[in-house]
Amino acid sequence: MARRAVIDAALAGLVAAALAFPMLGFRLVDSATGLSLATRFDLVLWAAGLVALGRLGLGLLRASTIGISLSLPALPNIRRPVGWVLAVAALALPLMPFADRNLMDKATLVLIYIMLGWGLNIVVGLAGLLDLGFVAFYAVGAYAYALLSQNFGLSFWVCLPLAGILAAGFGVALGFPVLRLRGDYLAIVTLGFGEIIRVILQNWQDVTGGPAGISGIERPSFFGLSFKASAPEGQQTFAEFFGLDYSTDHRVIFLYFLILILALLTNLFTLRIRRLPVGRAWEALREDEIACRSLGINPTLVKLSAFALGAMFAGFAGSFFATRQGFISPESFTFIESAVILAIVVLGGMGSQIGIVLAALLLVGLPEWFRDLAQYRMLAFGGAMVLIMLWKPSGLLSAREPTIRLGERA
Amino acid sequence: MSPGATDVARPASEGPLLNVEHVSMRFGGLFAVNDLSFSAAPRQITAVIGPNGAGKTTLFNCITGFYKPQIGQITLHHPNGSMRLERLDDHAIAAKAGVARTFQNIRLFAKMSVLENLMVAQHTRLMRASVFSLAGLLGLARYRRAERDAVELARHWLERVGLTAQADEEAGSLPYGHQRRLEIARAMCTRPQLLCLDEPAAGLNPRESAELNGLLRSIRDDDGIGLLLIEHDMSVVMGISDHVVVLDYGRKIAEGPPVAIKADPAVIRAYLGEPDEAEVPSC
Repeated sequence: MARRAVIDAALAGLVAAALAFPMLGFRLVDSATGLSLATRFDLVLWAAGLVALGRLGLGLLRASTIGISLSLPALPNIRRPVGWVLAVAALALPLMPFADRNLMDKATLVLIYIMLGWGLNIVVGLAGLLDLGFVAFYAVGAYAYALLSQNFGLSFWVCLPLAGILAAGFGVALGFPVLRLRGDYLAIVTLGFGEIIRVILQNWQDVTGGPAGISGIERPSFFGLSFKASAPEGQQTFAEFFGLDYSTDHRVIFLYFLILILALLTNLFTLRIRRLPVGRAWEALREDEIACRSLGINPTLVKLSAFALGAMFAGFAGSFFATRQGFISPESFTFIESAVILAIVVLGGMGSQIGIVLAALLLVGLPEWFRDLAQYRMLAFGGAMVLIMLWKPSGLLSAREPTIRLGERA
Repeated sequence: MSPGATDVARPASEGPLLNVEHVSMRFGGLFAVNDLSFSAAPRQITAVIGPNGAGKTTLFNCITGFYKPQIGQITLHHPNGSMRLERLDDHAIAAKAGVARTFQNIRLFAKMSVLENLMVAQHTRLMRASVFSLAGLLGLARYRRAERDAVELARHWLERVGLTAQADEEAGSLPYGHQRRLEIARAMCTRPQLLCLDEPAAGLNPRESAELNGLLRSIRDDDGIGLLLIEHDMSVVMGISDHVVVLDYGRKIAEGPPVAIKADPAVIRAYLGEPDEAEVPSC
């Protein structure tokens, strides 16, 4: 046993050395005389040594009878209360003394990703259709709002449903050609679709402004009351109407509540539709498409409805993003965004609503808070992902609650 | 009568339920089913038997729409009109023509609960009642009533197959024999006219097999629908079928009541090879 562990450790060390050789071993130095190459082979040795030692430790630990269990005790049915606690905490957050502008901004960002995660959860978690281009619908929603408001002067509240409908339309447009595909093949096509949308946004200069994006997007108003320092003739600002001193925090808090409400609506919708025929058909389709056909379920309609509804929520989130930033460009809708959203869904435990909240906090919130770690931030992020996958391979909360019960709740 | 029984009274003069006429299905140069004709009557169990590779499952897939036969027609005589199955999509055959099926390798929704499996089977009805789930989303009484009915039908079938106690368990965690019975219950929850069973007794022990016979008989007698089954287990075939169709190399080599089939020389030849003298297969 010990011999195997040593061989294993040596191999791991070799692999680490091979990886570290090009990545750590050489470094471009920008000196006065021009670029030159510096070598840092001592770092390669350190990396290989550390990996080998770690591997040896793990191997010996596994060989010993003690062994550590990486699994948590099964959680009792506490999801419902946890959900309520989280919702109340989110509602009360702006009132907390420590809630400064910085925190509210970060919380808003996390909520955007939670909403996107919940939207993608319909497609990936429930219907089981692996979508790597989800950010495309987010982009459609953002550009839909930006363009409609700039070209036609429509307000945010009119554009929000329009953006959702447009994104849903794009969802169906993507859905049609990929109806026959599943798994890896579907993932490749959706990945391509996401890139197509981004490339179009980047190159259709006349409409989308190309790489420069769209700036000066109209900010949302509170029932017609703007959050600006001064209102145009004949209108009032939010601060004037309520007799408050003008503060930029008002808008930040308003945006926070707006996305919180949008996200909660997404959640309510998903929780509800899971118990309805369409939602059950999504899950059945994920389990076995052929059995679905044999029961008279039309897989085309079921898949399209999942794509359309998932995309719709991404569209809502997209127009919120546009109105919050006031500026959008194709840069914000790269593949990495799709990957992060998908990671949130998978890490949260496919199909679990609360799991997605936790995963979004972990994946989006933590990196924001640990900006001080600077360049080690992504290393910590990667490490956390590996640990979670070791500890909970099927996601943070993977146990599924039946949507209907014959007996009493267990 | 169960809630699963037919809503519309069958016409007094009972013709065949299913007519298969000159159906051929070819894969490349191989005829899996070759110019096959037979019919199945309502309130009867029709068994399709034959050696391995005789084309039984292909025939099933043609009837349930998973394959489209190149030649021939398949007609289902529904109380409210006849339907040409080879022209319908597989899901339309299940939803409109009322043909339900089970699979040789069980296909349950493994991660969903037993009850949910039965609810999914009633998708078509519930979708209609809920106007594509909109009424359900708004929580209208109309949908709640439909869902209550669906749960009642599911409860009825859980009792029939003896799985009431396991209703809230994950379908994939049930023992094999229970999964087989659940699949039959799920098919029956679609309220079919014709139930197609692909080797329902495969992998069952003798006691479970006997229970299955009882269940199939009760479906025939109490629910009044037609059953079409593929089976290798001769005790099932001879014990419960009213009519037997024997296939070999895609062709029908015999058809008739079980007793006659047992003694048919062509059948014996197909199952046991060329015998020296006529011999009844031991079954």
